[in-house]
Amino acid sequence: MSFKPVILWTDALVYLLVAALILFAWHVRRNEHLWAPWRRVGHSASGMAALTVLVFFVIIGLLDTVHLRPAVENNSGGETAYSVEVLSLFDVIATPLRTQVEKTYSAPFAAYLYARETIEHPGGGQTREFPRLKFGAAHLQDPETQLVTDIAWRAAAGGGLGLFFWCLAVASLALLLARRSGEAFLSMLSAIRRGATAIPWNAACITLALILVMCGAALALCGSYHILGTDKVGQDVFYQSLKSIRTGLVIGTLTTLMMLPFALLLGITAGYFRGWVDDVIQYLYTTLSSIPGVLLIAAAVLMTQVYMETHPELFDTVASRADLRLLFLCIILGVTSWTGLCRLLRGETLKLREMEYIQAAHAFGVSHWRILSRHILPNVMHIVLITTVMDFSGLVLAEAVLSYVGVGVDPSTISFGTMINAARLEMARDPMVWWSLLAAFSFMFALVLSANLFADAVQNAFDPRVKTLSARVGALRRKRREEPEAKSSPTRTEGSLPS
Amino acid sequence: MNAVLQINDLETILYTEAAPVRAVDGLTLQIMRGETFALLGESGCGKSITALSVMRLLPDSGEILGGSVRLGGEDLLLLPEAAMRGIRGKRISMIFQEPMLSLNPVMTVADQIGEVLQRHFNLRGAVAQKRIQEILNQVGIPDPARRMNEYPFQFSGGMKQRMMIAMALAGEPELLIADEPTTALDVTIQAQVLDLMRNLQQRDGMAILFITHDLSVAAEIAHRVGIMYAGEIVETATRDAFFRGPAHPYSRKLLASLPGRDKRRQGLRLAAISGNVPPLSHEFVGCRFADRCDHAWELCHEVAPGWTALAGEQQVRCHLFNQNWGSGVREQQFKDERRESAAQNSGKPDKSDTDTGTGLLNHESGVADSCLLSVTDLKVYFPIHKGFMKHVAGYVKAVDGVSLEICQGKTLALVGESGCGKTTVGKGILQLIPPTGGSVRYGGLELVGLERNRLRKLRAELQLIFQDPYSSLNPRMRIIDIIEEGMNALNIENDSKASHAERLSGTDRNKVDKLLDSVGLSPETKWRYPHEFSGGQRQRIAIARALAVNPKLIVCDEPTSALDVSVQAQILNLLKELQNNLGLAYLFITHNISVVEYIADEVAVMYLGRIVERGSVDEVLTSPRHPYTQALLSAVPVIEPESKRQVIHLHGDMPSPSHPPSGCHFHPRCPHVMPVCREAYPATSTFSSSHTARCYLYPQEQD
Repeated sequence: MSFKPVILWTDALVYLLVAALILFAWHVRRNEHLWAPWRRVGHSASGMAALTVLVFFVIIGLLDTVHLRPAVENNSGGETAYSVEVLSLFDVIATPLRTQVEKTYSAPFAAYLYARETIEHPGGGQTREFPRLKFGAAHLQDPETQLVTDIAWRAAAGGGLGLFFWCLAVASLALLLARRSGEAFLSMLSAIRRGATAIPWNAACITLALILVMCGAALALCGSYHILGTDKVGQDVFYQSLKSIRTGLVIGTLTTLMMLPFALLLGITAGYFRGWVDDVIQYLYTTLSSIPGVLLIAAAVLMTQVYMETHPELFDTVASRADLRLLFLCIILGVTSWTGLCRLLRGETLKLREMEYIQAAHAFGVSHWRILSRHILPNVMHIVLITTVMDFSGLVLAEAVLSYVGVGVDPSTISFGTMINAARLEMARDPMVWWSLLAAFSFMFALVLSANLFADAVQNAFDPRVKTLSARVGALRRKRREEPEAKSSPTRTEGSLPS
Repeated sequence: MNAVLQINDLETILYTEAAPVRAVDGLTLQIMRGETFALLGESGCGKSITALSVMRLLPDSGEILGGSVRLGGEDLLLLPEAAMRGIRGKRISMIFQEPMLSLNPVMTVADQIGEVLQRHFNLRGAVAQKRIQEILNQVGIPDPARRMNEYPFQFSGGMKQRMMIAMALAGEPELLIADEPTTALDVTIQAQVLDLMRNLQQRDGMAILFITHDLSVAAEIAHRVGIMYAGEIVETATRDAFFRGPAHPYSRKLLASLPGRDKRRQGLRLAAISGNVPPLSHEFVGCRFADRCDHAWELCHEVAPGWTALAGEQQVRCHLFNQNWGSGVREQQFKDERRESAAQNSGKPDKSDTDTGTGLLNHESGVADSCLLSVTDLKVYFPIHKGFMKHVAGYVKAVDGVSLEICQGKTLALVGESGCGKTTVGKGILQLIPPTGGSVRYGGLELVGLERNRLRKLRAELQLIFQDPYSSLNPRMRIIDIIEEGMNALNIENDSKASHAERLSGTDRNKVDKLLDSVGLSPETKWRYPHEFSGGQRQRIAIARALAVNPKLIVCDEPTSALDVSVQAQILNLLKELQNNLGLAYLFITHNISVVEYIADEVAVMYLGRIVERGSVDEVLTSPRHPYTQALLSAVPVIEPESKRQVIHLHGDMPSPSHPPSGCHFHPRCPHVMPVCREAYPATSTFSSSHTARCYLYPQEQD
């Protein structure tokens, strides 16, 4: 199958971000003083568990970022034509999920549609009944009796497979660690189990086990069931939830990317130069932050929407249009949300500019620009890092709220916000359609919770006032405490006074 | 004799990332009723952890492994936490180093003291109020009835420390633990606080565990001293015995590293202890000091020394004094040295007459007596903005007409208490703070009002060394980048092509190596980051950075006040050596009189933005004329009891420089105040060609 790669705007920025992150990681790894706090992030068990979940989300998000246009069968021959539909790598992998569209709502694991339909019997006469689904549980002869056993059987098989992969992963981790530290494989394995390693690998392993078992079961089931049901137009909700992850991640990360230049430049210059520069910048962000954010965003989004609608020739596919709107949302969110970080950076710079090494630089006649870039910027980076990690979850939630209000992403983009927006009307319906909302909620919850936990771990590691101790030290300490006071008691009796 | 506090074999461990640190390792001491025991030691030797272990207030990462802490026979380590709460503040109280940080800023003083009374005596209401007044009276707070309802920010530093003492006394404790209670205070205030503690102890008879790094403060207040090194006490003795003849090689080195006039007269280098305090994370086999000790032999590296009793109550942990090990010969030799050094320390420079002028560091000869920098009538005012439109409501006159001259290769010491504007003078001279008025002439060129570009060319000549080696180096830069920064910023304009080529060929790199070598660091250190170095090493790096641009004048802003005495000695030696080799001039800003005695040629004493007295170091320090100088010098704690001056007590604190008193600034605190002092600022009185003061006690010159 031939295809044509497509790089949308957000894709390009995400690639850029990934490249920057890899470069940053490489730089940090080479500098011991930058690497030390990151090692402390590893001390937090909850942080490591959250990181495992995040990695899982990021993998799905990245798969969903690689876009392409598959070739379509062309009868006339000659040059190959490409489909107008832009698919991502994830779409290709999840083709069955994407294409198995039912007529309308169906509950999770259902074999029948959620609404009655009038069916004409071949022998004449009509009945109103729940028709069988086209894809969900279609392989079963008699769903009433076979459904439960089939689901249990498939789930167990999938879970087992997940467990098998987990064993492989843990074994290779232990092997890697054992080789690095020069210990025996089995003793390393037991060290991981007891949590006596510097990084709490046991927490990461338990999380990984949960994720893999759930993934295995879901993968085994989703081929022949709609495990989270279908929505109004019959699309699989599980597929939608997975697609929403990318939108959330893009909003959470690209917005930060947009706001950083503003916050860094303005915050640092305001704090460093003070005087009228400071007054102007302070005035700017005080004004900006006193305008209600939602109003500003709504106005900007509506303006871009109008522009896009009057210039349809600019976009060759629907996807590129939706993508540009997503990018604009990121930019607008970024432009309105830099004030908080800017204020923090201004304060920190005010403190730093009085530091003696800055004064020493002045005494050498070092130029302002060099002082800003070599002395101040590296010393505020920890604040930038903490803020970006903390802001991430807030932005994911903001997207959901904005889409719900109707000023968020393009309706054709699948996101948590559009899912919730679509599901809200059905809450009033009897019987209630609850699965769309629940799916969006639980996926978003998992993403935001893990991002928050990770942010906590990062903040603790970078805050000089908080001292984190690695799991190994804790274990050492517990061990020492469990020992009876065998060691100290003889010294106590021996101890003699000098006088 | 019944001991109030009896610590036996206390072992406290701090868990860290690398390995557990044995912060206190087998510490034994006892304190009698009515006795002050000074625990002396350099930073990081476990003094504060000892105090916190006694209070059982260790941080989360700390743990007491063994030993016992008996307070009047009761083992505190066995008590449950609930019972401990009844002991803290009641039977043991503690005073901390930083009075600004140990009082709660949102509670009135009465509330904070009342908390103690309520917890331990169940006093409330009027009874408690009365008791609070009594306590505040005891610690010498004027008008306690009114001031007890004020907040901590309304008190000065010395008053705050009195409040802390008042809080500690509220429980009528048997034991008072004072953790560096005067380190953050000025000498005149320190003298007040030490006096107060001495008086209170005499009246109430409590025991005091006085933790300090300052030998002379210990000499002032202690009855007995214990020298702590690397988690254990290496020597205990009564104060007199200790300062007359310290036994342990470490104690002797510590005393010898104190700067002072006698050492300068003899042209002696200060005794610096080589190496660093060993890391406490590993087990020690032999003596902990062996690696740095000049007298160590094989035995010291193999067997840890036990206690050996000397004459009197003096005890020492050193093999040199143990008869059983057959060290008689060494001991004899050592004892001779000991006597000799004691003689030096006790301020009887019996050899000084013959040695003067032959010393290694005699730099007085051969330096041209040309004026390098002359400052006339320098003024630095900071505007006070008030109101909505931020109009200027007044000025903080941080520096108000300072004149001084520094000659090439000489050292001028600027002395004064905190807040008198010393540092501002330094920064004003370097044009880091734009002066409000006056002139600063460097080699005939006026610096005030010079354009940024032309000033930049002069930057190489004038450099700066800061007080705090922890904040003066950018933690995110490697040493090589730190040192090269100034070179790059200043050399590039001159010959950009040439210097660029040079840098590529590596001569620049060689210069960094040479600089590091000249401050006593190995060239490999240039690839490291500041956090990998100790305080003394960082200060060396800061000196190397200043030297990198070949300055003629260095403003040293309290370069040793954040360092331990042994490290201070290293840095002072280094500064002197550099002055001799390179002919540098120093403006040495400090509050430490003994450092001034050692390093300075001339002294200027500052009070509230003005210089009140100046002259050569001998003139000013031996015959001070201005009452402030006299009081300042008398308040300096000294080790030798014979040479102790009568302390002249100054009342109150330095007034705010935004509202200086009319007339002579010093008159509200002056013991010799006359009516004329309140009217106009006195003119100069000259005592010799170099010695001048501004005081009405002496004949006034007509300007």
